[in-house]
Amino acid sequence: MRDGDPAPRLDEAEVGRIFLEESGRSVAALIRVFGDIDVAEDAVQEAFAVALRKWPGDGVPPNPGGWITTTARNRALDHLRHQARGRELLSEVAMLSPGHDDPGMPEEVGPVPDDRLRLIFTCCHPALSTEAQVALTLRLLGGLSTKEVARSFLVGEATMAGRLVRAKRKIKAARIPYRVPEAHELPDRLRPVLAVVYLVYNAGLTSRAEPGLCAEAIRLGRILATLMPDEPEVAGLLALLLLTESRRASRQRPDGSLVLLGEQDRTRWDRALIEEGQTIVRRCLRRNQPGAYQLQAAINAVHADAPTVEQTDWSQIVALYDHLLAVAPTPVVALNRAIAIGEVQGPAAALALVDELDLDNYHPFHATRADLLRRLGRNSEAAAAYERAAAMAPTEAERDFLRLGGRASR
Amino acid sequence: MTQYLLSAHSVEGEARDPMTDEEMQQSYKQLDLLEEEMKSAGAWVFSGRLHQPDTATVVRMAGGEVVTTDGPFVESKEHLGGFYIIEAENLDAALAWASKVTAAIKVPIEVRPFVEAKA
Repeated sequence: MRDGDPAPRLDEAEVGRIFLEESGRSVAALIRVFGDIDVAEDAVQEAFAVALRKWPGDGVPPNPGGWITTTARNRALDHLRHQARGRELLSEVAMLSPGHDDPGMPEEVGPVPDDRLRLIFTCCHPALSTEAQVALTLRLLGGLSTKEVARSFLVGEATMAGRLVRAKRKIKAARIPYRVPEAHELPDRLRPVLAVVYLVYNAGLTSRAEPGLCAEAIRLGRILATLMPDEPEVAGLLALLLLTESRRASRQRPDGSLVLLGEQDRTRWDRALIEEGQTIVRRCLRRNQPGAYQLQAAINAVHADAPTVEQTDWSQIVALYDHLLAVAPTPVVALNRAIAIGEVQGPAAALALVDELDLDNYHPFHATRADLLRRLGRNSEAAAAYERAAAMAPTEAERDFLRLGGRASR
Repeated sequence: MTQYLLSAHSVEGEARDPMTDEEMQQSYKQLDLLEEEMKSAGAWVFSGRLHQPDTATVVRMAGGEVVTTDGPFVESKEHLGGFYIIEAENLDAALAWASKVTAAIKVPIEVRPFVEAKA
């Protein structure tokens, strides 16, 4: 039916979008077939180069992902047949998959839904450093270029390329397996996977250079939620990301300074994201197997319900923080719980809790103290706390904002 | 199959509770059982326990001659107390064995792959 139909218009940006959507799936499938990450990566890269040449004239095939995977597979086979090491690899592949003894057949590489799941568990194996986990996940699953990954984490391209090479070498030499962990291993093995996705999101949130990372993290979160529908913390993480994302547009002033939750323009919150996030939170509540991500999502869901900061159901938020502190007893959680308690019992109660925390190197700690002291009318102490917070704040805009608070309380 | 070195690292003067004789017996018994398990699973290649590092001697080339000196090669608080060489399907399988070893002797185990010999 192609004849006569005008080929859909297609430019490089469109191929780029399809690349982001499909490359992780293709790389994952080819790693399964060839058992080699570099072979898979190079072949998928090459298949997209072919697509960039052919699609503008021929039109996008009905199943672009399948086309890319099959093309990449055939390219890889061609290359491997021409190298001694490649022929060795191919004989291993043939041994591993009897029935596919002629891997040259141009059959479609069947979709195995687990491929990307295997890949993310390999990328986030606890034997790899967190830095390597993040880099591999963005590169292999997210389809970001080495340059883009480098820029996201403020390191040079050569440094990032070296990090990726070392990580892949370790996977190969130590034989980090390409498999989904068994049920009894899952709690341990899922933790770094969720942490990587959360880290990617937060990198996007704080880096003005790469807001695309937020979308990337949500995309990874959605993939995980689809592939592991029975894991409550996977759902919790996705809900947390969606609810945080719903406020992203209103959390920064044009100069880059942070707008606190209470001062945000709530009409700018994205209702569709809130609706989606809250639906997931309600499902989690019914399942009743709470974990740290689900509880943080639930707290965000309560905020999203309040049309104004005054109408926030603070006692419910305190209850959720009590629960969160029990499963994740960190000083930062305790600080946020104290802030919520301040909204219910007043600033004196909150200050008493805050002053017990050992967070001297964390600037929000000093900003929180400053705010509580100001509300208690202890102005000179408040001014000193604002000054300490400002001295530690990471951006110029935040420093200015905190100094403004300091002057107001003098 | 890949071969892995599981090395048991002790830290001199590390503040861990010294084992009682009974605990020591228990630990040896556990290790014996573990070694049997490794052997019957076909994972065991070799294992050994080493004397204290001050029993070590180093030979090295210096000015074209072999020079022998006393002492461990690196003076450090950490030293290799013993090791296993095992064969495992992949890192996860090797880590599972290493977990059993550390549970028995309570010191950290480093897991490191051997370069595969060319067939």
